[in-house]
Parts: sequence; structure tokens; C-alpha cells
Amino acid sequence: MTALLTFQDVAKSFTLHLRDGVVLPVVGDVSFTVEPGECVVLGGPSGAGKSSLLKMAYGNYRCDKGAILVRDGDALIDVVRADPRVVLGLRARVIAYVSQFLRVIPRVSALDVVEAAGREGGLDQTVARARGKDLLARLNLPERLWGLPPATFSGGEQQRVNIARGLIADRPLLLLDEPTASLDAQNRAVVAELVREKLNGGAGVLGIFHDSEMRDAVAIRVVDVTHFAPRARAA
Amino acid sequence: MTDPLLQVRGLTKRYGDRLACADVSFDLVPGEVLAIVGESGSGKSTLLSMIATELVPDSGTVSYRMRDGALRDLGTLSEAARRALMRTDWGFVRQDATKGLRMAVSAGGNVGERLMGMGERHYGRIRAEAIDWLGRVEIDAGRVDDPPSQFSGGMRQRLQIARNLVTGPRLVLMDEPTSGLDVSVQARLLDLIRRLSAELGLAVIIVTHDLAVARLLSHRIAVMRAGRVIETGLTDRVLDDPEQAYTQLLVSSVLAA
Repeated sequence: MTALLTFQDVAKSFTLHLRDGVVLPVVGDVSFTVEPGECVVLGGPSGAGKSSLLKMAYGNYRCDKGAILVRDGDALIDVVRADPRVVLGLRARVIAYVSQFLRVIPRVSALDVVEAAGREGGLDQTVARARGKDLLARLNLPERLWGLPPATFSGGEQQRVNIARGLIADRPLLLLDEPTASLDAQNRAVVAELVREKLNGGAGVLGIFHDSEMRDAVAIRVVDVTHFAPRARAA
Repeated sequence: MTDPLLQVRGLTKRYGDRLACADVSFDLVPGEVLAIVGESGSGKSTLLSMIATELVPDSGTVSYRMRDGALRDLGTLSEAARRALMRTDWGFVRQDATKGLRMAVSAGGNVGERLMGMGERHYGRIRAEAIDWLGRVEIDAGRVDDPPSQFSGGMRQRLQIARNLVTGPRLVLMDEPTSGLDVSVQARLLDLIRRLSAELGLAVIIVTHDLAVARLLSHRIAVMRAGRVIETGLTDRVLDDPEQAYTQLLVSSVLAA
């Protein structure tokens, strides 16, 4: 069985051209895998590069070196070098990404946002609508909010829309960046349960969870990102 | 990989000594939305005019996959064939609505004209179709007989969209379609463009200086500077992790894109 996600000797830095080309190393020598049914949690202090690793796996950040292989059926696709259209295809079918913040689309209601994510992920409209409602209900988002655009929602309410959007389709690889940061204990438990259901269904998860409760509920393996500290280079 | 709908190769245009557009090449596949961003004078509108065959390039070609499946160099088409293509299979939504609409003709007439261009002659069907399209762009059917000179800026842009989409085009060019509009009006228009282009599977080339517009609408982005495409790729990758100094400057110069 091939891993769902493989980091192979990945390195990443930012070159700030507007700051005299100063180079900020982020991570180096990153190698690990995420297997089906496995939840790998990225550990380490803030600034260690955890979110950057998720963004690289999603194709959102470039890499300086190495490969990030995502399994797409029988194929292995290197997100680092893949054509933009191939990366978009992976995002539609394979990779779900839940960020800390919902990027709001003006004028679109919460339920429509979630339903659209389901349709983009290959569900037909009826299934997407039904699942969307089910997810929002499980995440305790009051039904009176479903028809409203999330722009005016509280942080926690927006985050639950964001989670529903990320989890609605049957994508086999989940990238979760602090999905529970702005949630109360009850809703954190719901998210833990949703993530466990995905794992039981064979999905793989790469996540960042700061609250230990959430981590203990789902983590199978913790990868300490400080091990990937980039080697010091001469300034 | 899907066959390209549009193939642009080496498009170049000089105005005297100034290089307005230098060796631009890209492919666009059906359903794909490409944003071309850059500051004023970067050459993005020149590029769009050449793609629309309104400006003859000094060198380079624009090829399009015709309905029969053949990829044809638009420079070799007859004037009549090219005009027919632009009127039916292509749309062009312009920044200045007065250039994309007939200001003295009714809203319904503006939409109906493109249908008549496709050979539709039945008045009742044309009017019904026009009213249907006005509804899809959120213009009240009661305004069908009013000319766009009586419309607000946002309504005019929505009418342009209806006029362009009524013929079922596969490729739509958009030149700064939301600039000059109030923010709330912009949001409504962007949502409409996003929804219709996804529903209809349109390929779109949108020229904009507004990175937030590019992020919301496009799959891929090309950053232009001094006539050249200096960076290109997945929209969110270019905006969130820009490689070139100039792109970093553009991205860091806006509040939140």
C-alpha cells in the first residue's frame, strides 16, 4: 500500500525581495508519510513551519527542493512540480484543506457555501445539500443561520462552516490547520468525531491541533517539526 | 490532458520604441479562468485586444478550437468568419459599458441583437429569451424596454454579461469588468460572474488590476510587467507565495487580497 502523502526531503524558504533579498529559511530535510487511516499531527512551537507544511502539501506554497507526492488512485502526483490544472484536480477529488479562517465569498449563504464545496468534490446536488445540512446540524450551527452569508457570523460559527465545507466530500486526504481553535469543548468533540469517521473510512489526516484534548482524541502519530529546522546558513 | 480551447503563441506588439506586449504565450482549456494582472501600462489590455483580434500583433498567433474541433489560427480566418465567431462563440465584457452596449437601444434589444446575429428571427422567442437572461443577471423584467442609458453602472455591467452570454459562448474576455463600481455593487457582480462561469463551464480571460478579483474568480494567474508575463501559475500560489520581486511588491501593496 502506498502512502496517501509523502514528503521527500523537502526544503522551503522565503526570499523577501522587498527586504534586500533576505532569505527566511522555514524547513529543511522534511521526510515523512501519511498512510490511509492515519492521523499525523504536526507538533512544535509557533513559527516552526507547521502551517507552511500544510500549505505546501496543498500546493499553495512553493518548495525549494524535494517532492511532495500525493496518491491519486493508482497515480502519484508531485504537487511541487505539477501543472496548476493538475493541482486543482487534486484539490477537487483528493485533498481537503481546512484553514483557521473562512475566506468569505460575498453574498453566498452558509449552506450554499458548504453545498458548493460538496459539488466541487464530486457529489451530486441532492446529496451535497443533504450532507451539508447534516454537517451544519451536527456542528450545532443554528438553522436560522444556514440561509445567511457567513460574513456576519462569529469566529466560531464561521469556523464551523469552514469545517463543514472541508469535510463534506469524500476526499481521501485531509489537511487540517487548527480547525478547532475557535470552538468550545462541545463542538471540538464533534469535530474529533467527524475526523475519526474519516479515518475509519480510510482517509489520511495531516493536522495541526494546539489543544491537547483534540490531539489525544485523534492523533496516531506526532511529527515534531523542530526536527526539520533548516540548517543554519551564512547570511 | 484536455485539448486547449485557445492557444496564444508569441504575441508581440510595439508602439514605436515601446514594447507593449512581448512574446506572450499560453493555453486556455475549456472551463478555465485565467486572470491577467498588472498595473496600468503593463500591457494587459494590449494583450487582450490582440486576443480579441481587435489589434493586429507585430508577431505571434492566436488559435481557437472551432466548434468542428479544429484548431484554427484566427489570423487566417476571413473577416466575416472572424466576426461571426466573435458574435456567437465569444463574448467580450468591457470596462466601459458604453463600448459594449448600444446605449440608445432597449435592454431587451441589446440582448436580442446577439440572438438575431445567430439567425433567430422570431420576435416572441427573442423577447422571451431576453427577459429570461435579464432575470439571470438580476435585472427586473419590467426594465426590458428601457435603454441602458437609464441604468446604473452595475446594471449596465450585468446587461453586458447577459448580452454576451445569451448566445452560449465558450470563451468570454473581460476587461476590468468591476472597476469603477461601488464595493457592494462589485461584490454582486463578482458573485454573478463566478456563478455563471462555473454553471456554464465558460473559459474566461479576465484582465484586472485588482488582485482580490483575480483570487475570487480565477484558477490561474499571469502577472504582467512592461509587456512581459513575469510570473504565472496557480492563482493562490502566486498570490500567497509570490516568487518575483515585482509580484511580491504588488501583493504587499494591497490591504488584503
